[in-house]
Amino acid sequence: MLELVIFSSLNGVLYGMLLFMLASGLTLIFSMMGVLNFAHASFYMLGAYFGFEISRRIGFWPGFVVAPLLVGAVGALVERYGLRQVHRHGHVAELLFTFGLAFVIEELVQMFWGKLPVDYRVPASLDFTAFTLFQTTYPAYRMFMLLVAVGMFVFLLAILTRTRVGLIIQAALTHPNTVAMLGHDVPRIFMMVFGVGSALAGLAGVIAGPALVTQPSMAALLGPILFVVVVVGGLGSLPGAFVASLLIGLIQTFAVAINLSLSDIFGSGGAAIFGDLWQATVAQLAPVIPYLLLVLILIFRPTGLMGTRET
Amino acid sequence: MRSSLGRYALWIGLAILFAALPHIFTSGTSLTKMSLMGIMIIFALSYNMLLGQTGMLSFGHAVYYGLAGFMVVHFINRASGGAWPVWLPFVPLIGGLTGLTFGIIFGWVSTTRAGTAFAMISLGLGELVAACSLILRGFFGGEEGITTNRTRLLRLFGYNFGPQVQVYYLIAAWCLICIAAMYAITRTPLGRMSNAVRENPERAQFVGYSTQMVRFLSFCLSGFFAGIAGALAAINFEIMNFLSVSAVQSGTVLLMTYIGGVGHFFGPILGAVLITWLQSSLSDLTGAWMLYFGLLFIFVIMFSPGGIAGWIMLHEPLARAGLLMRLLPAYLLIAVPVLIALAGIVGLIEFGHHYLVKGATDGTVVRVLGVALDTAGPWPWLISVGLLAAGLILGRRLWPVVTDAWNGASAELKRRISA
Repeated sequence: MLELVIFSSLNGVLYGMLLFMLASGLTLIFSMMGVLNFAHASFYMLGAYFGFEISRRIGFWPGFVVAPLLVGAVGALVERYGLRQVHRHGHVAELLFTFGLAFVIEELVQMFWGKLPVDYRVPASLDFTAFTLFQTTYPAYRMFMLLVAVGMFVFLLAILTRTRVGLIIQAALTHPNTVAMLGHDVPRIFMMVFGVGSALAGLAGVIAGPALVTQPSMAALLGPILFVVVVVGGLGSLPGAFVASLLIGLIQTFAVAINLSLSDIFGSGGAAIFGDLWQATVAQLAPVIPYLLLVLILIFRPTGLMGTRET
Repeated sequence: MRSSLGRYALWIGLAILFAALPHIFTSGTSLTKMSLMGIMIIFALSYNMLLGQTGMLSFGHAVYYGLAGFMVVHFINRASGGAWPVWLPFVPLIGGLTGLTFGIIFGWVSTTRAGTAFAMISLGLGELVAACSLILRGFFGGEEGITTNRTRLLRLFGYNFGPQVQVYYLIAAWCLICIAAMYAITRTPLGRMSNAVRENPERAQFVGYSTQMVRFLSFCLSGFFAGIAGALAAINFEIMNFLSVSAVQSGTVLLMTYIGGVGHFFGPILGAVLITWLQSSLSDLTGAWMLYFGLLFIFVIMFSPGGIAGWIMLHEPLARAGLLMRLLPAYLLIAVPVLIALAGIVGLIEFGHHYLVKGATDGTVVRVLGVALDTAGPWPWLISVGLLAAGLILGRRLWPVVTDAWNGASAELKRRISA
């Protein structure tokens, strides 16, 4: 039992940190531009595939550096030549634009790398066991992922709270017009934030690719969970996104490990009324839980856990 | 008198068109396509009751379509062999009621909010149902879905609805009824208030309406018609699986409706017909058809947010004044660079698809108009990029001709109106 708790907590925190790498960019982009970026998970997927392609040709570490930069450049271009044009048609059009973009990116990835998962491997330098606990080994690569995620979190926090650029970004979150009047180029800040957000998503993809599966459906699998995270945390709130990421990460990981169903607890009597729902184990219900949480939060606490504004 | 005759003439014409179509396109595949178009027209129109009429962006509309389809499959299975005295043509009502019921339940939850929050709730509910569909195997049948046999209900006038043509007429009849009903709804006070809620919720509230109630009613009605579409789909395919409640289905109806045009009632009809046709025709021609589909969607969002219907209706005042012919030369002229650029894009996608997807198995050589081109070499790419660039440059040069023609025609129209 203790073993399960420790490993589930570790994996849960890891998954949560991975979610946060994506959610931080998404929530920043939303609070600045008012756009819920449907294609954000697609940038994560692009990061994984770019990382795979570079690691296949040159090596893992060059990919680790170059792939996020490439994804960031793609993101900045999308903002400059796509979103900014659509902006005058309103928020719905912007949302739909990113929706269409996610669609196109998935098709392009399928075209370039095929529909099957690609063989994106953990680099040899990190392919060893970090520690053994209760006869179960824990791979070093996962510790590396955790390290990168935590490092990125600290970096982001430092930039936002300690630098001038961070100050301007924070100001642009709440008072974009005032910031523009003070002589700052707000569209350029937008482009920068969009690019950096995409690059962070790309970085998450590069490090998650070898540990999870690099396949064309990885964006569609992660995207909706990401929305759950930013909405539950409170749109535009970075600390909220952090808490919600860890929460969802832990819930998901623990739920998968629990093999209990209602019939195990209350006996098989309820099966006649509730059918399969009574028999389903918590592990089977795991994919449903985040969405249930999302709907409940939106109904009962529309600002999210730490948000200040209504969605 | 004359105006009411004109009003009915449109509907009678539509009925005649629906009746005549199987005699014009007689092949089995076109019959299947037309049946699917009928279903999708209802589905897209029901979606537009939300997006176009009331301004609610939903990412989970397939829930009402799919759940109704599953309910109908179970209903037919229970009722078959004369167990219950029902005739197939009335079964879509069961689907409609299912859609309405879930519309009431989920609508009560989600319509308390508008805008982005509503979109997110609809996404959450959609994912919730989609995730449940793989858990509740008894109702959804797991991955393989649930099958049924539509011919085993009571016969109506000797028809058992086994042949596709009989199903087509069933779908066409329901399609006509639903189009008329949904059009009628737009003319009711509720329809008008929906538009008001879309345009300016605050003022709608000041007039004394509850915007939440208006959204809720629109949502329920939309669920009802989506349910009818789902029921017809169940009858048509005789199978329902988890994909019909999935995000893919919700996305498809969104794309259809938006490409057709959300601003006009007939927009979604155009979108449903065009996209269904593209889905079946393009998928035979090219493996990259989903990519074209996505690019078309992005193109519409960026350059023609009113969709196809919006673009057509832009010309309506000119057509009334008989000035449309003045635009024709400019349009024909601009069509040349557009087609050249399009050829370049198609070339890039097709050569890319051939080289990347088929190249490993079929070799890299592709035959275009009888000329063998090796996609591993530079020529196909240079030609495609050249065509695209030439089309873009030429299009830029010729664009002032179009704007001149447009401004000229508009000025003429204004002059006539003021005169």
